Amino acid sequence: MSEQPVFSQCFEIRGRDFANAGRVSTTVKSILKEIGMAPALVRRAAIAAYEAEMNVVLHADRGFLELKVSPGRVQVTVVDQGQGIGDIELAMREGYSTASDEAREMGFGAGMGLPNIRKNADEFEIESDVGRGTRLDFRIRV
Amino acid sequence: MRRFSHSVRITAGKCRGRMACMRACPTEAIRVRRGKASLLEDRCIDCGECVRACPHGAIVAATAHMEDLSRFRYKIALPSPALFGQFPEEIPPEAVLASLLRVGFDEACEPTAACDAVARAVGEYLNKHPGPWPLISPFCPTVVRLVQARYPSLAERLIPIDSPMEIAAREIRERRARQLGLAPHQIGIISLTPCPPQMVAVKYPPRKKSSNIDAVVAISEIFEPALRVLSSTKLAVPAGGLSGTGLGWAVLGGQLEALSAESCLAVGGLDHVERILGDAEDGKLAKVRYLECQACAQGCCGGSLTVENPYVARTRILKLAERCGAPRQPRQFGDGGGFQQTLLLPGKLTARPLAPLDEDISVAISKRTRIAELLHGLPKIDCGACGSPTCRSFAEDVVLGRAVIDDCDVLIARRSRRHLDAAASSKHPATTVGARVRERSP
Repeated sequence: MSEQPVFSQCFEIRGRDFANAGRVSTTVKSILKEIGMAPALVRRAAIAAYEAEMNVVLHADRGFLELKVSPGRVQVTVVDQGQGIGDIELAMREGYSTASDEAREMGFGAGMGLPNIRKNADEFEIESDVGRGTRLDFRIRV
Repeated sequence: MRRFSHSVRITAGKCRGRMACMRACPTEAIRVRRGKASLLEDRCIDCGECVRACPHGAIVAATAHMEDLSRFRYKIALPSPALFGQFPEEIPPEAVLASLLRVGFDEACEPTAACDAVARAVGEYLNKHPGPWPLISPFCPTVVRLVQARYPSLAERLIPIDSPMEIAAREIRERRARQLGLAPHQIGIISLTPCPPQMVAVKYPPRKKSSNIDAVVAISEIFEPALRVLSSTKLAVPAGGLSGTGLGWAVLGGQLEALSAESCLAVGGLDHVERILGDAEDGKLAKVRYLECQACAQGCCGGSLTVENPYVARTRILKLAERCGAPRQPRQFGDGGGFQQTLLLPGKLTARPLAPLDEDISVAISKRTRIAELLHGLPKIDCGACGSPTCRSFAEDVVLGRAVIDDCDVLIARRSRRHLDAAASSKHPATTVGARVRERSP
């Protein structure tokens, strides 16, 4: 089998930068459209990437999102330097959130972020180190 | 697939390559090569921003002119409600309509009652729709084309209801043909439009085979003659009967006013429309039921073929609308079998998404990687001197064979500066540079 081409790009996400929140996932979406991914896949990837981006904005100081696109799959990895998640099982529950009051006033922090990523991805992994940061990774098959 | 005809024409003879159109284009559909602007047809959504921007009148709307209308035995002007915001406040809409009879029309009618009927139909449609939300207004032709091209997954959210102009045109043709004993085709219904894309909407009406409107003339074309009539002649002005809520359709939010539906949102200006459609596509607007999107920030009263400042026009429309008030008795359109049924359009609206970088996804991925690599080496100042609107679009043009990397003047300038610097730091700078110059001169 010949080697598959891979497009990859890395984006920085700044914590608490609400004014620019959502830009990275918007760019991810337009890249997938340019490549010609099916609308349903683009939508799932865009929603999952948006939730992952918002997690960094809400809970971390800084993070990076890496997008990797190959003919067979779309992979997104988000690594942040932040508070980390103590109990991942609890964090995965719908409606559970530790977002600040400020964030909630802006309409964020409904506790649907991680469940939404899992719902839209085919494969989803998350690992976290309290006080240091979180790394999550999801893949969607083409 | 049929080729899409566009509502703007570039006259190469008048184009001086000033790039104002290229910079104004919201979909990066214009390139300037060898000093002349050209259109990437599948990207154009007919918004008319280039018509507005061109300093030399080289880009014009392909609307009809008054002298093109002689083929009709009986000409009926059907102005967009936006027309009434163009004239000074003391001129009532009824006088504006009367003036149209002196500039070449046999009759003038207005679509405000049809606006109300459509608003009721939209309200009914919203009540019956089970989801998904939001539904999107289909009455701005530029927004319809934008959705088809860039947000194809939202094409099914465009409400399948005919436009007020179409409904008013259908009704008046039937009535006049009967009364005057003319064949329907001898009657010309001429829409007076605030924007170029109305022409495309008439030529290729979404969801149906043919339009009820026969020709489209720009408001800017009839404005002056009409104003001259109004300021010089005392016209017999018939009693009013315009609907204020219908008039409101000329301004952003006017559809919502007439709708009185809850959780609706009106968004004007293509940049904001694009952002809200992006959110709708991601399912972030599920609480909004109806999205009124207008390509022009103030709505139709600020279209690119109008003459008045959009804010002034907007204020006038709002005042006029208040003066006219809501109609006491709503007019019915169609055969009375429930207005929604007769206003509904049965046809399907197909998406026509922008072509991807390549049909083969592997090749598209490689091309996208190449674009990113090229962009990395470009100045990223979006100067436009290459003839592409941004460094990003230039990289894409190079990869797709529409441009060559040496079209970037900044890279060439940097390269020659490096040569000069290298020459200056060598032992005999003057000789080296001089030699190079001599080589080139004839």
